[in-house]
Amino acid sequence: MKHSKVIANAMGRVRGFVHSVGYGAGPAVLLAAGLCGGAQAQKLSDGAIRIGFLTDMSSVYSDLDGSAGAIAIQMAIDDFKAKNPGMTIELLSADHQNKADIASSKAREWFDQKGMDVLIGGTNSGASLAMKSVAAEKKKPFIAIGAGTSKLTNEECTAYTVHYAYDTIALANVTGGAVVRAGGKNWFFLTADYAFGQSLEKDTSAVVTANGGKVLGAIRHPLNASDFSSFMLQAQSSGAQILGLANAGGDTINAIKAANEFGVTNSMKLVGLLMFNTDIHTLGLPATKGMYMTDGWTWNQSAESRAWAKRFFEKVKRMPSMVQAGDYSATTQYLQAVKAAGTDDGDAVMAQLKKTRINDMFAQGGYIRADGRMIHDMRLVQVKSPEESTEPWDYVKLVEVVPGEKAYQSLADSKCPLIKK
Amino acid sequence: MIIILGKPLPVLMAQLLLGLVNGSFYALLSLGLAVIFGLLNVINFAHGALYMMGAMLAWIGAESLGLGYWPMLVLAPLVVGIFGMVFERLLLRRLYGLDHLYGLLLTFGATLLIQGLFRSFFGVSGQPYPVPELLRGSANLGFMVLPIYRAWVVGVSLVVCLLTWFVIERTPLGAQLRAGTENAALTQAFGINVPLMITLTYGFGVALAALAGVLAAPVLQVQPLMGSDLIIVVFAVVVIGGMGSIAGAIFTGLMLGVVEGLTRVFYPQGSSTVVFVVMAIVLLVRPAGLFGREA
Amino acid sequence: MDDSPSRALLPALRIVLAVAFAAALPLAGAYPVFLMDVLCFALFAAAFNLLLGYTGLLSFGHAAFFGAAAYACGVALRDWGWPPEAGLAFGVACAAALGALVGTLGIRRKGIYFAMITLALAQMLYFVFLQAPFTHGEDGLQEIPRGRLLGLLSLADDLTLYYVVLAIVVAAWLFIDRIVDSPFGQVLLAIRDNEPRAISLGYATDRVKLLAFVLSAALAGLAGAIKTLVLGFASLSDAHWTMSGLVILMVLVGGVGTRLGPLVGALVVVGLEHKIGEIGAVLANFTGISWFSGLGEAVTMVTGLIFIVCVMAFRRGIVGECMDWWRRRRGRLAA
Repeated sequence: MKHSKVIANAMGRVRGFVHSVGYGAGPAVLLAAGLCGGAQAQKLSDGAIRIGFLTDMSSVYSDLDGSAGAIAIQMAIDDFKAKNPGMTIELLSADHQNKADIASSKAREWFDQKGMDVLIGGTNSGASLAMKSVAAEKKKPFIAIGAGTSKLTNEECTAYTVHYAYDTIALANVTGGAVVRAGGKNWFFLTADYAFGQSLEKDTSAVVTANGGKVLGAIRHPLNASDFSSFMLQAQSSGAQILGLANAGGDTINAIKAANEFGVTNSMKLVGLLMFNTDIHTLGLPATKGMYMTDGWTWNQSAESRAWAKRFFEKVKRMPSMVQAGDYSATTQYLQAVKAAGTDDGDAVMAQLKKTRINDMFAQGGYIRADGRMIHDMRLVQVKSPEESTEPWDYVKLVEVVPGEKAYQSLADSKCPLIKK
Repeated sequence: MIIILGKPLPVLMAQLLLGLVNGSFYALLSLGLAVIFGLLNVINFAHGALYMMGAMLAWIGAESLGLGYWPMLVLAPLVVGIFGMVFERLLLRRLYGLDHLYGLLLTFGATLLIQGLFRSFFGVSGQPYPVPELLRGSANLGFMVLPIYRAWVVGVSLVVCLLTWFVIERTPLGAQLRAGTENAALTQAFGINVPLMITLTYGFGVALAALAGVLAAPVLQVQPLMGSDLIIVVFAVVVIGGMGSIAGAIFTGLMLGVVEGLTRVFYPQGSSTVVFVVMAIVLLVRPAGLFGREA
Repeated sequence: MDDSPSRALLPALRIVLAVAFAAALPLAGAYPVFLMDVLCFALFAAAFNLLLGYTGLLSFGHAAFFGAAAYACGVALRDWGWPPEAGLAFGVACAAALGALVGTLGIRRKGIYFAMITLALAQMLYFVFLQAPFTHGEDGLQEIPRGRLLGLLSLADDLTLYYVVLAIVVAAWLFIDRIVDSPFGQVLLAIRDNEPRAISLGYATDRVKLLAFVLSAALAGLAGAIKTLVLGFASLSDAHWTMSGLVILMVLVGGVGTRLGPLVGALVVVGLEHKIGEIGAVLANFTGISWFSGLGEAVTMVTGLIFIVCVMAFRRGIVGECMDWWRRRRGRLAA
């Protein structure tokens, strides 16, 4: 019994020692920064900008964002430092394993002990909601990129939250509206039976009916159901033209596989309400051709995006997803805001971010609203058939660009307490 | 049209057939687990991970070695079986004298390790795997359209299940195996190499899981975590059937497929939980399972 | 050699020293939230150890009690505006009630069947949590206030909360110690070692096992409720079966059936989860092998490896092995 206590004692002492070294280093860095960073006239806390990044790196969403997202952020840091030499910018990244408690404690620790100035949130809505609370408490900006929950700019909005790349309301608006306009009037939903799937279905149904379409029915399937054969049969017997998949990840992929197997794709068009190019890559074009989905960014949408995507591909060997591109863009915007504001103080940077127009390879004419929502154009795309695809990863063709103001929820409908009505 | 409980008869028949299709798959998957527990008293938590290995190997075979579905149908179970035998020889063997708990924990750890390794090499999104040419298309049965591939899965599963049951319960080899696990010393005195038989049996059980994996690859998402939610269901099947009983696992697999299928028609949200409800009820009424012998 | 009074004093002295050390840690620079996380899981592991190490029952669904209490406490604190001590008590009560239900259903079964039934019931509860509106599903219960303890002490400050949590966990720990040392605890050990004999001696083993199960569930619930208080949210991962696996790992690594095992195990596992990225970086710098810096993404693999190593070579766990080594050394010295 004594020995285990000795071990615990020793570990405690080591921990204490490591932390005291950390505290000693801080003032030293400040001094050094003061000596050589004089030309910048920046009032940076600890003389450096520290960017934190927490996402899922080992579980179901790790391909969408994951450690490649950290690479994207580092690219943004390197590009910025190339234009602004003499600034110290550090990246802290970690895997939250889709667990909100790990995300929250790591965020808290980095804010309290590592002097983090901004937190960038990757995938998983629950973790992002936890992180934004910590950031608001510490009065530092939190930029949510990978998570889709629209709560971040509604009930759970704070003065320090920015929701960057997309959200579920925009997906519902664009997909529902544009598909009906393209002729898909009768809908049937296959919904994952939990809050996220249900809200996707609800939002999209509302948009479909508002645009003159009809919802013929819906089936709720349990989360992570591996076999969709039964649901496919039921969907087929409904006679609808459009099968809306109100689910994500593995469920979407299994549903699409089953749809192909049972010939549902011959009589109905599939619409993925939350799909990414990584899903198309997994399923392959033959299985997904003709499907509609909404994207906030496609790698070959413009010359600038293509150029950046190529650089990303060289490092990661996969084409970037919308989330990874969002990581890069948001980091660049943040760093530019710090430079313009002359400080990394949370309030000043948030004010700066909200008055800047965003024009880069991710979005043109984008801006951040009072509720934290980043408004930019969304694109309804359709998956190409194998013959139409001209190069590897060339998966989608543009159907309609929906301007940001129409795609995202209007400020008048927002439930954000910060908005004065 | 005849309507039963609010659903037309063709719909019910279609769901019943689908339920049998899925049930035969469950039966095949649980068979390996039942063999390993029934004969070796080892709770093989790694069954899900090994099923995943079978599917991933099928994909690797297609990607890197140009080997299609048919060769991998034989090769993947073989490779995974050998892996299982090595695992048994090196690690599992040392735990035989101890509480079941340790075998369970060892295989649980192995699951995490295998899944983690595959995930770090291949990512989580999953890999595309098409249905083999020969088995594409579907048959119109009047009340529903059944993909030929699903019929193939049923066929293979039932044949393998019946063969396995027959070998273990009705042949001299099976008798020797059963004797060896009941009383190793006595059986060895007859000159039968019991440790070797045990290793081969573990390898066989594991190969069955991998076979199920290869069968699943064209229809389910092939990714490193594909086994982790399935394993709980497979456990439930084996427990309901009776941990030592091969026939029990087969029967329960089929029965569960049908029950799940019917639940999907009447209350789809509950189709994942119904297996646990059944398990809880069975364990309360017949603690050793439907066909099991109380240890 | 030692006379009675100082013999009784020694364990008490050890406890006082340990508590004093723990109280001093944050003042030395340790991060209070991390320590509180360790304390929560140490309590969870200790509750589980009571069932596994001392009664011999393996439950595969203990996360259900942890998660249920986490949600109960969260709802009480956030939606009903209760003070923290009431929220904690409510969480414990819910977990105990659930423990009574699960225990009654499963207690007559043995070994693997008992484990499977706890798993089945925990899985069903998980689906309830997934669907029920009060849990907010995937988003979890967020923004749970810490409130004022007994209406007087504001818990918003991490350091204050740390001392409160430390006090509660130490009290719970001593309670478990008391149970183990009592006649009731002896009956538990008897059941663990040879249940038929205990029955033949006239003990109502089913009732004893049920009581142990409910106690274990209640204490696991206390850990869950504390965790909600500390982190300010409750999520589905608290009730998932991987959480059940995690607590088994903690107890296994620390040492099943030892007193300090749960604490050591919790420290190792929680430390691993939080610090694996940094450990990887340190290892990479130390050995020059760059693969180690990717260790942060390999938590599952490392956990699996530790499981395997512990089961194969380290079955008594860290504390168990230390105690065994100490005993052998004492034996050698005495000889």
